[in-house]
Amino acid sequence: MRPIDVTILDVVSEAPQIKTLWLDRDLDPYPGQYAMLWIRGLDEVPMSFSGPDSITVQSVGEASEALTSLGKGESIGLRGPLGRGFTILGERILIIGGGVGVAPLAFLGEQAADAGREVTSLLGYRCCSDMIFLERFQRLGRTVVTTDDGSSGICGRVSAGLEALDIDEYDQIYLCGPEMMMWDVISKIREQAEKIQACINRYFKCAAGICGSCCLDPEGIRVCVEGPVIRADRLLESEFGRYRRGPTGGKGPCRG
Amino acid sequence: MKSDGQSYRPESNSAIPMLLSFFCSSPPMPSLSVHVGGLDLKNPVLLAAGILGTTGASLCRASRAGAGGVVTKSIGSVPRAGHPGPCIVHVDCGLINAMGLPNPSYRDFQEEIDAARRGGAPVIASIFGSSAEEFAQISRSLDADAFELNLSCPHAEKYGSELGRYPDLVESVTGAVKAASNVPVWVKLTPNTADILELGLAAQRGGADAVVAINTLKAMAIDIETGYPILGNRFGGLSGRAIKPVAVRAVYDLASRLEVPVIGVGGISSWEDAVEMIMAGATSIQVGTALLQGYGIFEEIISGLSAYLQRKSITLEELCGMAGRRT
Repeated sequence: MRPIDVTILDVVSEAPQIKTLWLDRDLDPYPGQYAMLWIRGLDEVPMSFSGPDSITVQSVGEASEALTSLGKGESIGLRGPLGRGFTILGERILIIGGGVGVAPLAFLGEQAADAGREVTSLLGYRCCSDMIFLERFQRLGRTVVTTDDGSSGICGRVSAGLEALDIDEYDQIYLCGPEMMMWDVISKIREQAEKIQACINRYFKCAAGICGSCCLDPEGIRVCVEGPVIRADRLLESEFGRYRRGPTGGKGPCRG
Repeated sequence: MKSDGQSYRPESNSAIPMLLSFFCSSPPMPSLSVHVGGLDLKNPVLLAAGILGTTGASLCRASRAGAGGVVTKSIGSVPRAGHPGPCIVHVDCGLINAMGLPNPSYRDFQEEIDAARRGGAPVIASIFGSSAEEFAQISRSLDADAFELNLSCPHAEKYGSELGRYPDLVESVTGAVKAASNVPVWVKLTPNTADILELGLAAQRGGADAVVAINTLKAMAIDIETGYPILGNRFGGLSGRAIKPVAVRAVYDLASRLEVPVIGVGGISSWEDAVEMIMAGATSIQVGTALLQGYGIFEEIISGLSAYLQRKSITLEELCGMAGRRT
């Protein structure tokens, strides 16, 4: 498909560096799916949906900076929804999110709650000023917060919050956040990996499953079409948490 | 027309299939094995360059999905990030891409080739450079089963078709890589020229073991809401169904005149397309954009081709270049 022209109805600041763009239409995505956003004349980047008609962006580079600088009434090109999102399974679900990675999970949690699921959330932030979407999660059910600096909730990484929960109680776990945070969680509860759905990030170029830049070693999973949501047992023996490829296809360290 | 019989080698002698056909009600499965451009392939359906070819794992997956050979992403001498996005745009009957030759350089690619080889099929390294010496240097430094010279990428300055549209450069680059390496050398030709045959003849003079035709056609798409060219590079190369008739004609012309085998590529997305391309004179074919349908496309084309040969009671060798013999 060609990119469609989407107008930004509103821009809401969620935290320093993080903004939500409200789009002029409901694109009916599954939570965990993404769109390729084209900032005309600059670049095209993948972003997860934080709702059926919203995208939440953290400014980390030239393209995301341009997205967060857009104003009401401006337009972007959009391809999507793309990829495989989360599947709602079981009766009791646990959401584990880190930083801006909580955005697709808030969307997922709301759909799960609407479908009658019991939702518990474990959210990790760097500090209290980064705590986006906290109220969205609190409305859904029990919410445990961790901050790296202890300015709110449990002091420490998200995995520190795992101790406050009985992981065996949950039928399905939904995970999204910085790669090393996700890897930390998956390795700590690796015996539960089959019930973890992780929304991961790789360098996307085509977003159509043919260029190969996002393929995950050693199976060659095309993250842009077979993901970005991947069951964690497939990640355990993969490159995930160890290295990732950049724009050249060369290997580099994982971020975050 | 080159003589038949040199391009194909039956997998086994005829005694066993004859015995089998005596005991079975259906005729034996036709052999799809082929000797092309210096390589023995279990079937004539290869993965085209630039498609799922960045990592050893994805090439291996193509190999295990049935591909008779796999061609890597084009590899150069320095790391390149490629063009800004969008890198692809879907258009009617095809896809325009301008990836911009992203690659980690040959220094960081050998391990991917080694991993790709675990899939079992031969691994053909696509390489690019801006001079004969640069091509030769890369070919000296990589260990692959064959090289495919990218003299045809239409959207990267100083590379690809910017060299490949000049017959004398095609000949000298081919000659330099032939002299530098001891594996087969295939030359991928650009259709963005008045006469692709001149380019094929030049590759042959340079000592190419096969030519591959065609690369993408220069193309462009514009966003009518704003007037912006959609691709980050503004223009790119058209692939997919739209270009198949162009590719069929190019392969037909090349196969009619060259002594070396022609590998057909361009818009093949079904076994029927593969049959048509082989009838035009292709000794084997490559599949690219049709991978949009997933890796299952290899099995689909291979089984369809096999069933066709069985139904028609002809060999792959008899099918090859059939159109040129119909007068």
